[in-house]
Formats: sequence, C-alpha cells, structure tokens
Amino acid sequence: MKAAVLVFPGSNREGDVAQAIELVTGRRPSMVWHGDGDFEKVDLIVVPGGFSYGDYLRCGAMAAQSPVMAEVKKRAAQGVPVLGICNGFQIVTEAGLLPGTLMRNSHLKFVCSDVHLKVETSQSLFTNRYQAGQVIKVPVAHAEGNYFADADTLKRLEDRGQIAFRYCTPSGVVEGAGNPNGSTNNIAGIFNETKTVLGLMPHPENAVEPMFGGTDGKGLFEGMVEALS
Amino acid sequence: MKARVHVTLKNGVLDPQGKAIGHSLNRLGFPEVGDVRQGKFIELELAETDKAKAKARLDEMCRKLLANTVIENYSIELVG
Repeated sequence: MKAAVLVFPGSNREGDVAQAIELVTGRRPSMVWHGDGDFEKVDLIVVPGGFSYGDYLRCGAMAAQSPVMAEVKKRAAQGVPVLGICNGFQIVTEAGLLPGTLMRNSHLKFVCSDVHLKVETSQSLFTNRYQAGQVIKVPVAHAEGNYFADADTLKRLEDRGQIAFRYCTPSGVVEGAGNPNGSTNNIAGIFNETKTVLGLMPHPENAVEPMFGGTDGKGLFEGMVEALS
Repeated sequence: MKARVHVTLKNGVLDPQGKAIGHSLNRLGFPEVGDVRQGKFIELELAETDKAKAKARLDEMCRKLLANTVIENYSIELVG
C-alpha cells in the first residue's frame, strides 16, 4: 500500500501517522506539501492532525482551499481512499468531501485524553479488522470536535450506515458520559456514501504501540493495508 | 470600495462561546444580558467600483471561504 500524507503549515501529527503506516506496511509514505497541486499516484491519501494555517477563520477552512486539496478532491471523486484525522477531519468536511462540520467543544475546553469508541461497522476498507459493536480505546486531542449537521443530513448518515465510530463508555454504552465534546449522536467519525472517505476526530495513529498505552488503533491501518494492497 | 461581512451562527446552532460570554457578563454585574451570540466581522478592500458586481463577488467569497453555510449565515455591507 502506497500512501501519501499531506503536510500543511501547522500540521503536527503527520510524523505520527507516517510512522503508524510504516509500522504496518514497512514502507514510508510520501509527504506532500500543501502547495503541491500534483503528486504521485497513491493507494491512500491521509490528511493529518494539527492546526493547519493556525486554525485561522475556521479549523480546516484555509487548508480546504489549498492547491493540494483541489487534487485530493479530484482523486477522491475517482475513488481514491482518503483518511482525515482530527484537523484532517475538519479539512475534509470544509472541502466538502464529508457532510457536516466540527464545532467548538460544548464545554469550550481543549480535550486531551483516551476515549472509547464503538465501531459501528466492519464493512469498510478502514474498519474491516474490527467487529461491528467492538469497543476500542484511542486518544483524542482537540478543541473543535463537536460534530454538527442539520437534521436531514444526520438522518441520511444514520440511514445509510455512514457513521464509522461513536464515543461510548468503556463498557460500550453510547451516552453522554462517554462523549468528550458534545458531538451530535456521539459521532466520532463518519464515512462518505461510498465509504472511501473516512473522517474521525480521535487519533488511531497514536494507539499502535504498547508503550504509548494501547494498540487499538493499529487495526485501522492493518485493515487498510489488507484492503488496498 | 470597502466591504463589511458579518458571519453569524444560524438559529438553532448551539453557540457555547456566546453562552460563556453571557455568563461572564452576568457575573460581572450585567444581569440584563440574556442570550449572546458570537460571530465574525471581516472588512475587505475591493478593487471594484460597480456595487452589483462587488456584491456578487462577495457572495461567492462568503460561500467559498468566509462562511461555512452548514452552520453560519452571512451578510454583506458595501461602504463608500
């Protein structure tokens, strides 16, 4: 699996996700600068976390209009898988690759902690290594992770099985207690209609080695390798 | 020509920052303050003299970048 990781001014998790990909593929992904309107053909495009363009205007708004994202939109339309993590999720929603938006956390605080996620489906190239209903533990680190979409969009996402992950309690109950940011319907990650684009606020790339406190995020990368190699 | 763009959250979209500002004002001795909504004010200098054209371009700017129409409304004001 050949992957590209985008880099914007202010990205800061590109190294983490590149390392996670290298861990499971043995192959270093190529790092693509935001000003590059074209880059080599790849099997997966990753939009990493961080604070692209200093979160100016709105998180992800400026990055979504960068030359590299115009190319990403083109390739996503051709079916090339795109994974947006944290700020990457904000960027792909601002770019229109996923519906809705990420708002300021309801409690207004930056949240940096481990959270539990319920995997909603194993039927995707991103989640095929997990079981539907499985609970995984991964970290979050964000101030704007509060997923919002209008009622019609939410209904469509729910009806079409486009919710990838929901925040839950350690025992897997999807309720307010497990929700770190006030996200609607406890949504932590969503797919596009074809399930070739995944955006999520938590950081699976930071849960791939036991010394970092867990390996529950590794399945996401292993699943992609299996699906895309 | 100068333009002023106001970007505000749509009705029904929760505004935790506005709420926090309201609470702070109440605590500071302004009990008359009720609901507070926070928004953005953007001032732009335009190289355009035709008002209708400027407005159409600004509308496009708002939809493309300045506002996220999923959660925000915008209004455009031309000055001078």
